[in-house]
Amino acid sequence: MRYSAFSLFREALRKHRGWTPTWRDAAPKSSYDVIIIGGGGHGLATAYYLAKEHGLTNIAVVEKGWLGSGNIGRNTTIIRSNYLLPGNEAFYELSMKLWEGLEQDLNYNAMVSQRGVLNLFHSDAQRDAYARRANSMRLHGVDSALLDADAVRRMVPILGFEDARFPIKGGLWQARGGTARHDAVAWGYAHAADQRGVDIIQNCQVTGFLREGGRVVGVETSRGQIRARKVGMSVAGSSSRVAAMADLRLPIESHVLQAFVSEGIKPKVPCVVTYGAGHFYISQSDKGGLVFGGDLDGYNSYAQRGNLPTVEHVLESGMSMMPSIGRVRMLRSWGGIMDMSMDGSPIIDKTPVEGLYLNGGWCYGGFKATPGAGWCFAHLIARDEPHPTAAAMRLDRFATGHILNENGRGAQPNLH
Amino acid sequence: MRIDCPHCGSRDIQEFVYRGDASVPRPDPDGEDALARFIKAVHLRANPAGRHVEHWYHAGGCRAWVKVERDTLTHEIESTVFASEEIGR
Repeated sequence: MRYSAFSLFREALRKHRGWTPTWRDAAPKSSYDVIIIGGGGHGLATAYYLAKEHGLTNIAVVEKGWLGSGNIGRNTTIIRSNYLLPGNEAFYELSMKLWEGLEQDLNYNAMVSQRGVLNLFHSDAQRDAYARRANSMRLHGVDSALLDADAVRRMVPILGFEDARFPIKGGLWQARGGTARHDAVAWGYAHAADQRGVDIIQNCQVTGFLREGGRVVGVETSRGQIRARKVGMSVAGSSSRVAAMADLRLPIESHVLQAFVSEGIKPKVPCVVTYGAGHFYISQSDKGGLVFGGDLDGYNSYAQRGNLPTVEHVLESGMSMMPSIGRVRMLRSWGGIMDMSMDGSPIIDKTPVEGLYLNGGWCYGGFKATPGAGWCFAHLIARDEPHPTAAAMRLDRFATGHILNENGRGAQPNLH
Repeated sequence: MRIDCPHCGSRDIQEFVYRGDASVPRPDPDGEDALARFIKAVHLRANPAGRHVEHWYHAGGCRAWVKVERDTLTHEIESTVFASEEIGR
């Protein structure tokens, strides 16, 4: 079914009885050209771009739960491309450009809203660091602006400008950044992939790999064996568990990251704002709820829930940046499992096991990367060579020393 | 979460700093393949879902390094010993 203003109007007239499911709930066939493990944003995007850009049609996405039940439904919905390192920035800008045309491409309303991303700074040194980052962005052809305190005040007047310890001196501004409706991104990719014949197989857990002569030739699942010429894994926090089935050990630790939403209030936060004196990021959903998050809990976890000290820490950061947030009641909090890599940057690469491809290590940054990761992972799987913008995201970079360490914190995943 | 520090007793998690997997042995720098072994020891992790033995540092207390046996699926802590000791099973 194609969505349009006309179809909406037509269905309104017949009491919305003509809508059909957005995607088929497919049963597994015995073999495919490509199997993507993980029916989240990245996996669905990969399948879609494999079909659209590389002409493959015999593709399956296998998902152990329901579609979009992992981090695509658990994030704080921010999209941006304000990275520093050359190995990262070009990739995130590719992703940003894909966001800009996403809804027309998918024929699905993902509520992409380019409301801007503002990174606050609070000292001269931090201003210098953000000036450097702004310049690095511009060297990659990405818009950026360094705002002074007055400009920030005009934009977001409710921030704590006069804070004695961390006064706001200005901010790094990316006008094209913003937010997107996270679930609708998964649904949109599922819709568009399904239209191109991709089988989306839910409630189908991968329990092992089929191997012949060392090569992966398919997967064992809870719904039987499925063979494939190539298998891509795009399973975020479960990367290490799935890789272990192929006897691989990854430079990844799984950590829990909490996110929060407040009760709905009138429009107060017009863009995405991040705090420079603590780890805190906030935006306001179209329903009015403040959506925010902060640090990882900081220890290995697969629990999809965190502990209260981190809740307190995040809320303290929020109070410090935006004191009036204290008058708002928190509605919900939840946790997602982050695949924290050893240098804080992702991996899109072949694995040492032939026929098995890895997309993982996304740390906090998986959501904004959804279109770009799908695009580049599809390129890698279809052509057996990395996409130029993701060529630095190699699995062997930890051995060769070509790491992508945005904040220079070393091989300690919970610090990235 | 509370950690039962072998020196101080039960203390809030906020007093501790997390280091990570304690099951990774430091390679012998003079041994064969020392570089390859160090690359693995520094970067590669089993990252299990379930029982995990890990190092924590009691920064806000006795400043001892402790070894904690914890379930990464439930956050339940089974046992805690000084880092120099082995977890009794």
